[in-house]
Amino acid sequence: MKLNTRVLRIAAAAAILAAGGAATYVVAQPKEKVIKITAKRFDYTPGNLTLKKGEAVVFEFTSKDVLMGFNLPDFNLRADIIPDKVTRVRFVPDKTGTFTFLCDIFCGTGHENMNGKITVVG
Amino acid sequence: MSKIDRREFLKLTSLGSIGVVFASALPGMARAAGKTSGMDDFYFLQLSDSHWGFEGPPNPDAKGTLKKAVAAVNALDYQPDFIVFTGDLTHTTDNPVERRKRMTEFKQIVSDLKVKSVRYMPGEHDASLDNGKAFKEFFGPTNYTFDHKGVHFIVLDNVSDPRAQLGDEQLAWLAADLKQQKSDAPIVVFTHRPLFDLAPQWDWATRDGAKAIELLNPHKNVTVFYGHIHQEHHQMTGHIAHHAAKGLMFPLPAPNSQPNRTPVPWNPAEPYKGLGFRSVDAEVKEAEYKLTEYPVVPKV
Repeated sequence: MKLNTRVLRIAAAAAILAAGGAATYVVAQPKEKVIKITAKRFDYTPGNLTLKKGEAVVFEFTSKDVLMGFNLPDFNLRADIIPDKVTRVRFVPDKTGTFTFLCDIFCGTGHENMNGKITVVG
Repeated sequence: MSKIDRREFLKLTSLGSIGVVFASALPGMARAAGKTSGMDDFYFLQLSDSHWGFEGPPNPDAKGTLKKAVAAVNALDYQPDFIVFTGDLTHTTDNPVERRKRMTEFKQIVSDLKVKSVRYMPGEHDASLDNGKAFKEFFGPTNYTFDHKGVHFIVLDNVSDPRAQLGDEQLAWLAADLKQQKSDAPIVVFTHRPLFDLAPQWDWATRDGAKAIELLNPHKNVTVFYGHIHQEHHQMTGHIAHHAAKGLMFPLPAPNSQPNRTPVPWNPAEPYKGLGFRSVDAEVKEAEYKLTEYPVVPKV
């Protein structure tokens, strides 16, 4: 837990100082999970994701062909996915359920079917 | 034939064979057939989402439905003052040559309409892949205004930008146009996509549509007609009524009623069900509009 980590870090630093030692204290930050999502006409890979409520993730989007969109309306989260560029979006789901994400930049005849699901569990 | 005659006609036929009057509690729209009105009243037709070029099981008569709609319009006893197509005239294609071929064919088919005053606007299938280039070549500007018998009509383009937005430039143009209108002027807006968030999960929205609604809000008598969702739908945002029209290729399910927005399957027992067009009777003085829904193939 974040608070506990901070308390431990302060306590450890205090202990080092109390012992008269000079040390650089480095805390390894918990790494956020990175989820790579590739968009191409007319789907996302992966198209189904399961996340945990309250657990931050970073989406890394890439497009294999044209400009695409990623829109997760239930969380008011969206991004342009630009070809040959990695687009990073941090996301912390704050509610459980199954939610649709979709391409919201018209990309051709299969555009209407370009969507996926995110299931957030407790 | 005058407008009053047409209303009398609707009343006399009870609409049994030609359509259904949309009667609703929504303010500013429902009115009994046969009611007399001012001399400037008129009516127009809204046709939408013909998706010319589409092929697939949702419509085994894909090459015949638009022609049937044209025939149904021409068969109306009283012809409208004008007809508006609210977008997706053609089905999208990556091929610019094919896109123009479809637009040529569409134009050829609708040239058979008796009424020659026809207004067009694009849907995302017509315009999003080339920012409206081909559409403009065939049909002219994608946003414009016109006035008819006391009503100010505004055509908004929320599709030429594939991001489904009007854009700041068009919003500024809209603001400048509205500044010239009295606050109680009857205003009708045509768009392809809904201006409000009908179902963002299905891309049934306009990213900056709320800004347009904000500009329209100070005006007392605004009604919006749109397409895109291939079904009749009516919703209010404040005092503004938004009416979606049926399509002319395949119906789509009710907003968010199923996981995906796949077309409603064709039912051989009830062909063309869910397809159609509408008439809009404008009672200008009251800024009221009476909607009548017509099937593509008149019921016998």
